[in-house]
Amino acid sequence: MHELGIANSVLDAARVEAQLRPRMKLTRIVILVGDLAGVDRDSLSFCFEVLVKGTEFESVGLEIERRVQRHRCPRCDREFEVVNFDTVCPVCAEPMTTLVSGNELELAYLEMEDL
Amino acid sequence: MNRVPLEKKVLSENDRMAAELRQRFNERGILCLNLVSSPGAGKTALLERTLAAFPGNQRVAVLTGDIQTDNDAVRLARFGFPVRQITTGGTCHLDARMIEKALTDWHLQDLDLLFIENVGNLVCPSSYDLGEAAKVVILSVPEGEEKPLKYPSMFIRSELLILNKIDLLPYVPFNKNKARDNAQKVHPGIETIEVSCVSGEGLPQWQSWLEARRQSRLRSLAAT
Repeated sequence: MHELGIANSVLDAARVEAQLRPRMKLTRIVILVGDLAGVDRDSLSFCFEVLVKGTEFESVGLEIERRVQRHRCPRCDREFEVVNFDTVCPVCAEPMTTLVSGNELELAYLEMEDL
Repeated sequence: MNRVPLEKKVLSENDRMAAELRQRFNERGILCLNLVSSPGAGKTALLERTLAAFPGNQRVAVLTGDIQTDNDAVRLARFGFPVRQITTGGTCHLDARMIEKALTDWHLQDLDLLFIENVGNLVCPSSYDLGEAAKVVILSVPEGEEKPLKYPSMFIRSELLILNKIDLLPYVPFNKNKARDNAQKVHPGIETIEVSCVSGEGLPQWQSWLEARRQSRLRSLAAT
């Protein structure tokens, strides 16, 4: 529902970077979206396409890298993927583990070509 | 082809503004709570009961967000505390800029407690930090016990779960323990208080929670 605003924030950030590099052409934006970010990836792609249509960024691709929920166990230091919200450590059964990824809503990098 | 690393948050502008707000609240010892829930879960009713129980000199204020109408602000203003409506005009969440704008001419030094009633929505408000000390998520009995699993982001980011409308338990197929288990599943250790804003059950526990949070806020202010 708020993906249009998110897509707009992505585009704003990319625009700032593109303006800093007038001799380069922006071709691709890569972002990380965690499963817990509360953002629908398909909807975000769609909103991005709508926003860039008819602008200088029309040919810019948005690549969304998914980040699954991962936790780390404070007892045995093992990191594991959380499936179906089961956050108990699969190795030592410690119940209180900490989130290490899955929350991301980040701009990773831009790809730019020399003009 | 050149790769330009960015490695920053998409909502970094919102986060920056929220950090500023948080600092302003912390410096003044204000406890700011962001109340989130789906529409109709009882955020306004909980605030009504909360405000009604405060003495007249309580240093409390409310910002209430809605897509349209100022109904909630009208309901909450009856208690004599400062209330301001933020009408988002279509936006499905509050963001830090809206909070900053709404606070412009308020004297923060007159406040100990600030409630932000977010737009009713279990998805989008979870992405936007408003500078609050904690999010409080309200889940009401008629919504069903599976909500924490369907909308994990909100429950993961909230420190307290208010299980509201428990007066309806005899009439609705709702497994209270399942709801608690589901919340614990997505957010191990989340505190839970069962409340009815009709019968008043659970409100004393909610008030104690508020008071404990407020006291710890004041202690941390005194320590700095």
